[in-house]
Amino acid sequence: MRWLRKRLVGIIAVLVLVYLFIPIAVIMVLSFNNPAGKYNLSWNEFSLAAWTNICGVPGVCSSFVTSIEIGIISTIFATILGTMISFALVRYRFRGRSTTNLLIFLPMATPEVVMGASLLALFLNLRFPLGQLTVTIAHIMFIISFVVVTVKARLQGMDPRLEEAARDLYANPRAVFRYVTFPLVLPGILGAALLGFSLSFDDFIISFFNAGTLVTFPIYIWGAAQRGIPVQVNALATIVFLVALVIVLSGQLLSYRRRKALEAR
Amino acid sequence: MVAVVPARGGQAAPQQVAQRSSRTGYLLLFPGLAWLAVFFAIPFVTLFLTSLQQPIPGKSGKYQFGLEFGNYATALSEYWELYLRSFVYAGIATVLALAIAYPLAYFIAFRAGQWRSLMLVLVIAPSFASFLLRTYAWKTILADEGWITSTLNALHLLPEGRILNTGIAVVAGLTYNFLPFMILPLYAALEKIDPRLIEAAGDLYASPQTAFRKVTWPLSLPGVVAGTLLTFIPAAGDYINAALLGSTGNRMIGNAIQINFIQFRDYPTASALSFMLMAAILVLVFTYIRRAGTEDLL
Repeated sequence: MRWLRKRLVGIIAVLVLVYLFIPIAVIMVLSFNNPAGKYNLSWNEFSLAAWTNICGVPGVCSSFVTSIEIGIISTIFATILGTMISFALVRYRFRGRSTTNLLIFLPMATPEVVMGASLLALFLNLRFPLGQLTVTIAHIMFIISFVVVTVKARLQGMDPRLEEAARDLYANPRAVFRYVTFPLVLPGILGAALLGFSLSFDDFIISFFNAGTLVTFPIYIWGAAQRGIPVQVNALATIVFLVALVIVLSGQLLSYRRRKALEAR
Repeated sequence: MVAVVPARGGQAAPQQVAQRSSRTGYLLLFPGLAWLAVFFAIPFVTLFLTSLQQPIPGKSGKYQFGLEFGNYATALSEYWELYLRSFVYAGIATVLALAIAYPLAYFIAFRAGQWRSLMLVLVIAPSFASFLLRTYAWKTILADEGWITSTLNALHLLPEGRILNTGIAVVAGLTYNFLPFMILPLYAALEKIDPRLIEAAGDLYASPQTAFRKVTWPLSLPGVVAGTLLTFIPAAGDYINAALLGSTGNRMIGNAIQINFIQFRDYPTASALSFMLMAAILVLVFTYIRRAGTEDLL
């Protein structure tokens, strides 16, 4: 009994982690399924058909590519704009700081359906044609705030003495930025970009409102959910999940190694 | 979501002393803030104006500028039940998420040791698989012939005899989908607590329960408030869970907004519904923050 009480929190923690991964396991297992009917909801028999012919269903791969394009472009723009804002917030004095903070906080506290609807109202009133451009504009808008928060945390956690030391050693402002500030902030910027891409790639609600006839990967899944999601979608989602996991884990490993190396010195 | 995890390393670097004041600051701010102003703030104005539009006589599906405040009354009388249901579902899901997330966040903050970073990665990792597919996977898990449903049925715990296509499935989906938004802020708050404070409570003969109630829980409140908000707000506006896991009797307000905007093209009603949702959420959030005494959170 004492043994159990001591480890209760740990046991619950592990169970919660398992719970988080149950649907992932379902997605992966069903990617090897040969469904009995049109709905890939219950196990029938083992098949590699989806994996060997991953673009076998029309629309799956083209929507996947569309989502990657939108993800890359909106991540680049949002990361640049958001990083600039974070530098201004941490390093510069300016008027209207509370308005700025509010403008950055609010998009994170607004339900997606409201953001999607209001942006659609804007585009409709301007008679702006809906498509890849409007979806990309929307994605940049909602990613910026997440970039600002991530990069700002990194900048604030930085030891200012490192930059002072560089200045004391007669580095000019540009050199300080290039050789000290930027390399130190870079992990934060890369983390923000990864977060931004995953938010963009997986966004359904805001995209659906502003897509017109454009089909992104989530929009494809939404449409397919009514008539049965093809097994290929499970295979692609499994690939995305594993690739993202490998990227994040290797990032973690890299920073762990670097920390160890610094401690050893 | 990674955003809410604080930078590692407990000792805060000394605050920036010399803040530069120059045009550069404004130049850095301008492009990003202009983007947010044009594509986030201004759309609220157009949303409000659209919600007051009136139909052009003789042309169905076309609307013109108007001050038709009656749109709000019609929208509310037709859809008030969906607002209520959204807030109830989101409220239950938030409480459940808090109960599930707290032990995990506590464990990562105080007991995980060298496994801490890995466990945080595992918390966000499920988000890398499509939101829609994860929700769809719950159809398999909660299926009528599945073992969860049959076990609960054997115990006579399900009023409708099933989980799928009921409110229970929708709440379960909401709880699952927004759980990381609860875990990360909770962890961020718990990680800041000096464990010596909890030890001190023990040294002063507080039982573990009392130490938790008087020390750990109050100090973690900022995380509780942030986590409940980050879970409640998206859950209240969500319509994916209701559409995939519920029946027509479990529709939430997001479903009504989507259908009116995209299928019916009734823009004034849809805009009025969105505007009221935002207003209701803002009122709820500010009342909640004031009552929790954490205004400085914003």
